[in-house]
Amino acid sequence: MIAVDGVSKSFGSFVAIEDLSFEVAAGEIVGLLGPNGAGKTTMMRILAGVFPPSRGTVHVAGYDVVKDPLRTRAAVGYFPERVSAYLDMTVSSYLRYVAKMKGFSGSAANSQAVSAMGACGIEAVANRIIGSLSKGFRQRVGIAQALTGEPSVLILDEPTSGLDPEQVADMRDLIRGLGEKRTVILSTHILPEVESTCDRVIILHRGRIVAVDTTGNLSRRIQRAGRIFVEIDAPVEDARQHLSQFAGVSSVESKPRSGDSAASFIVMTEQDRDVRAALASSIVQRGWGLVELRSVAFSLEEIFLTLTQDQEGS
Amino acid sequence: MTRIWTICRRELQATFGSVVAYILLAVFMLLSGYFFYSDLVFILLMASFTPVAGLWQWVFLDLRLVTLLIVPLVTMRLFAEEKKLGTIELLWTYPVRDIEIILGKFLAAVAFFLVMLLPNAILCALLFSYHPFDLGPLMSAYLGLILLGVSFIACGLFVSSTTENQVVSAMVTYGILVFFWFLTWNEEAANQAALRILLGLSLFDRFFNFTRGVIDIRDVVFFVLFISFFLFLTWQSLTARKWRGVP
Repeated sequence: MIAVDGVSKSFGSFVAIEDLSFEVAAGEIVGLLGPNGAGKTTMMRILAGVFPPSRGTVHVAGYDVVKDPLRTRAAVGYFPERVSAYLDMTVSSYLRYVAKMKGFSGSAANSQAVSAMGACGIEAVANRIIGSLSKGFRQRVGIAQALTGEPSVLILDEPTSGLDPEQVADMRDLIRGLGEKRTVILSTHILPEVESTCDRVIILHRGRIVAVDTTGNLSRRIQRAGRIFVEIDAPVEDARQHLSQFAGVSSVESKPRSGDSAASFIVMTEQDRDVRAALASSIVQRGWGLVELRSVAFSLEEIFLTLTQDQEGS
Repeated sequence: MTRIWTICRRELQATFGSVVAYILLAVFMLLSGYFFYSDLVFILLMASFTPVAGLWQWVFLDLRLVTLLIVPLVTMRLFAEEKKLGTIELLWTYPVRDIEIILGKFLAAVAFFLVMLLPNAILCALLFSYHPFDLGPLMSAYLGLILLGVSFIACGLFVSSTTENQVVSAMVTYGILVFFWFLTWNEEAANQAALRILLGLSLFDRFFNFTRGVIDIRDVVFFVLFISFFLFLTWQSLTARKWRGVP
């Protein structure tokens, strides 16, 4: 459905993305994951037809984005990172306008608007002025705008950014539902989002692809080691020795003291071993006070670091 | 083609949905009405028994100033608002050509300008009903004013496409248009060859002929070229995203 081959894009001397190649099959939900400035938005704008690539070829729904820009755009629904709509229009008149811009006329435009509102659950606000809607609803209007015209490909740039947790959950359900019949590419810089919605992940870092993998494989690759934060009310050296000799622990690192008497450590564990419960009871058995014990997730930056190092190493 | 109309209609709905449109229409109507009245009184008192001879020249030279005052305020939001809201990016993802976006907005502004001229036409019709006159010079003056106003619109449309700030958009448009007006003010300072070129470029000197009832094809061509030039610049300005990115 989407074929990107050797695509680069630069603005003046700034290189936004370099030599990207990937393919997305029909019906897949693929996540573009990367920190800010990784080139996600640039790649998505190229797919949506906002501007052409500097080098390389991009095919969407069988059309070349450079040679056949209007047909490509007709096949793509785009939700921009900066959610935008004409604030002075009502939801339904705005979506009718969008349908007309996408080539539908009269009653066809009307039914497009109605079905897009239905799919996004915004029928209740159909006659409200967009400027008066809450952030969550505006985001849904943005998705409805992308859905109008029944495009076979949806490009969603950070669809959950700026929403509260409940709205984020709703949005993810919505996207999963949309992905049942369409090809979806969504970008995010939040790892759990990819895990909960996508079949496959493309990880971008500084304009290049760092990894392409299924979500399951990726989780395994990056979570092969666990990380636990422990704070113990005990002499530092004794505690360190106890922790480092514990079965399943690969390394221990002291943290600067945060409280009056407690010693804190970052403990790395071996792959696929959850030692938290055993570790906690052993500390208590020694007669020490267990102040805190929790697992520490890897930040996206750390994941990129390990993945880039993997790549350089292999 | 239908997309030009879709954009034009949305643009007009947005314009007439805002109070700004009515304020601009009211100011234009008041000022142009006042000039019409005072020029008519002036001609009657000072000039001759035939009230219409020479009237159009006075009236339309004044209307030129009101048009210069109002048009940049009409065109300032055309692209600047879309850039500020971010909706311009969405337009670029719809199956619509840049030129269709430009023409849709351009035609909407032209339509608004024609609506703005209506009350004045009513005054002329009223005068005609009391005192029939030769319509030729009036039509010539109207043609000139419409060409002048549409030229202003093309210029304002271009400036609007370069900024997301509506105030900047209006101010720069004023700057460019006033420059084209003042081009020939200090005629003594320029040498003869330079002056001929400057006179050729001055929007207002070109307009002057129309108010005297003279339609010179060269003047018409000049205005058409001026309009096309700024529409072309607008197109270039939109295309710049391809190498400059989306702001």
